[in-house]
Amino acid sequence: MATTTAPQTGAYVSRRSTVLEWITTTDHKKIGVMYIITSFAFFMLGGLLALGIRTELAVPGLQFINEATYNQLFGMHAVMMIFLFVMPMTTGLANYIVPLQLGAADMSFPRINALSFWMLVAGAVLIMSAFAFGGAPTGWTLYAPLSAITPELGVDLLLLGLVVLGFSSIFGAINFIVTIFKMRAPGMGLLRMPMFCWTTLVTAILLLFSLPVVAAGLIMLFIDRNYGGGFFDPAVGGSPILWQHIFWFFGHPEVYILILPAFGVISEIIPVFSRKPLFGYKAFVVATAAIGALGFTVWAHHMFTTGAVSLPFFAFFTFLIAVPTGVKFFNWLATMWGGHLRFDTPMLYAVGFIALFLIGGLDGAFLAVVPFDFMVQDTYWVVSHIHYVLVAGAVFAIFAALFYWFPKMAGRRLSERLGKVQFWILFVGTNLAFFPQHLLGLDGMIRRIPDYSGNAGWTQLNFLSTVGAFLIALSVLPFLWNVFATLRKPMEHEADPWDANALEWATSSPPPPWNFDSLPEIHTERPWFDVKYPGVGHGPTPEPGTQMKGTAA
Amino acid sequence: MTADTTALMPAGHDDPEISGHDAKRGGMDAALLGMMLFIASEVMFFAALFAAYFNAKATLPVFPPEGYEDVLKVIPVPLIATAILIASSFTMQWGTSRIRKGDRTGLNRAVAVTLALGIIFLGIQLYDYWELVTVEGFSIDSGIYGTLFYTMTGFHGAHVLGGVIGLAVILSRGLAGQFTRQHHVAVEAVHYYWHFVDVVWILLFLVLYVMK
Repeated sequence: MATTTAPQTGAYVSRRSTVLEWITTTDHKKIGVMYIITSFAFFMLGGLLALGIRTELAVPGLQFINEATYNQLFGMHAVMMIFLFVMPMTTGLANYIVPLQLGAADMSFPRINALSFWMLVAGAVLIMSAFAFGGAPTGWTLYAPLSAITPELGVDLLLLGLVVLGFSSIFGAINFIVTIFKMRAPGMGLLRMPMFCWTTLVTAILLLFSLPVVAAGLIMLFIDRNYGGGFFDPAVGGSPILWQHIFWFFGHPEVYILILPAFGVISEIIPVFSRKPLFGYKAFVVATAAIGALGFTVWAHHMFTTGAVSLPFFAFFTFLIAVPTGVKFFNWLATMWGGHLRFDTPMLYAVGFIALFLIGGLDGAFLAVVPFDFMVQDTYWVVSHIHYVLVAGAVFAIFAALFYWFPKMAGRRLSERLGKVQFWILFVGTNLAFFPQHLLGLDGMIRRIPDYSGNAGWTQLNFLSTVGAFLIALSVLPFLWNVFATLRKPMEHEADPWDANALEWATSSPPPPWNFDSLPEIHTERPWFDVKYPGVGHGPTPEPGTQMKGTAA
Repeated sequence: MTADTTALMPAGHDDPEISGHDAKRGGMDAALLGMMLFIASEVMFFAALFAAYFNAKATLPVFPPEGYEDVLKVIPVPLIATAILIASSFTMQWGTSRIRKGDRTGLNRAVAVTLALGIIFLGIQLYDYWELVTVEGFSIDSGIYGTLFYTMTGFHGAHVLGGVIGLAVILSRGLAGQFTRQHHVAVEAVHYYWHFVDVVWILLFLVLYVMK
């Protein structure tokens, strides 16, 4: 039994001002909150760019913006949503939650943790400054030769910003891996870790091995643009296809980097609100690791139409990824099956995730069919696919996580009523915005084009999609009001408002800087549940007359 | 664990049972594990550069491209540089084994020699660049071949520079007597890194000069 003595009174007295305290903090919880706030700001900014795109596409003709602006908008929208919203948001959630779930006092390297965050800020400043210098009319994929020859200084700033973000993420990945291997509470074997820690671990490994590759590619592009290099210039022996290989060797693991933490969040929430343990814990771990490993074998399915890659190989492995993903779906549904379901907002988002991510996953399986992929390459089918997995997938999971963990971070629950209003607006908006894009894609509408003919028959579907985009934007307003209004109320300090399973609920809300005054014995992946309900779960049955030790702070 | 974080811990934090730093769980020190992971990511960085090289070698009809067949010669300069860098790996290993036995003076001597060899390597590389550019007219904009050569060796050189800075830190800390037989994780970390930089150079030497 590991029991700490009470903290020394006055051990933590900050003599610094609040602003200085936050700027210089190495506390994983404060860094996590800064990540979350920063990335949410970029979510709203990136959303505004999306509204610009959708407004232009609402009806045929160029009414709202010109072609050059449109080029900047779709490129910067993707860069911001992927690199400045989803990645830092999941990093922030993991920053706050993973050490708590492990029963640790902080990350392994707290100062490197702070460095990662401030490098994110530096990278974000570089990327945003690209707007002032012609933006990046290349899309987020920065395909050569266009990216190597287009003269805008904004492309160089974008490249530098992405390299800085890459190093931030590599340092963060190392920090998470070491923390997970070295800082687990006594008794917490790897197979007793909460699933969110497992998905964070696999995500960090993917980052560690994929980001350096694209960093090398970004630097090669920078050398081509600025020092007369010829990596991607066929005239001097370079190869534009090489860029696609390097980019997608990172780019495909990247989509799992974006979605695996979401899988982890859903796997935390479904058992708690179904009042059952996660079905098939070990299968879930194996499926997560398998998705991570297979993620490195499928990059060239983004390059089927180049004619330069082995179609059967990459199609086969792409289909193979559907198997571990299917295992996850099966486990989530089996966890809910026969459970006492409670539809609080986190659960609502989790169920919405399962329903809509399935659509995104099936879209992807279609794209693995080579002839079909040839038909819909670079059409709105692909746009629809990526938005079903990243909006209906990652964004839904992020809102699920924010509603689920907000009481831990802020000591009070968000309003359920506003949360449910927000969910239904977002649910309708997401489907309205992205489902019609399937049909547009099948009908041949090409992406990244600011205009289309009024005779093409695409007007109604585009208009519907634009209405959906505005509904998505609208759904953010109740959330902002919810956070604002909740933070004005006094704290309730409920340690465990959801009657949950993992160790982050075994300490006060918000936790003290040292996280835990005492840790319970750990026998299963639900240590806090075992303390509250001795003998009910898979933990050891206490002998009559003894009390399970371990109490909330 | 940093000093200011330790101050926030409850009493008894040093007890591995409480802090989660379970010494009995075995495995390497957290900082060393971090360095190993960092090196793993560096391997992927250089792998991408090597991939670019092999892509060019496999797809171009003539490689090295015409006019550049003999621009990169093994003898004498690259061979001397290679010998120096390999020697520095041995001196680094010597220093690490000294401090593992508690010999601080031996560590400082070995690190000083390694540092000197690292700086000499960088000097030779700059001289080699200067020769190639001025005498052979071979520079980074000499087509894909020049771009690959200067990018690969340049990034390796930057990593040697990083190692040299690490060695300088180790030397200054060693001279201040900060390392003991038990506590010298920084030495171990820098020595892993230095061996990594050496291995990358051996691969570069073989691929760029010997097996072109």
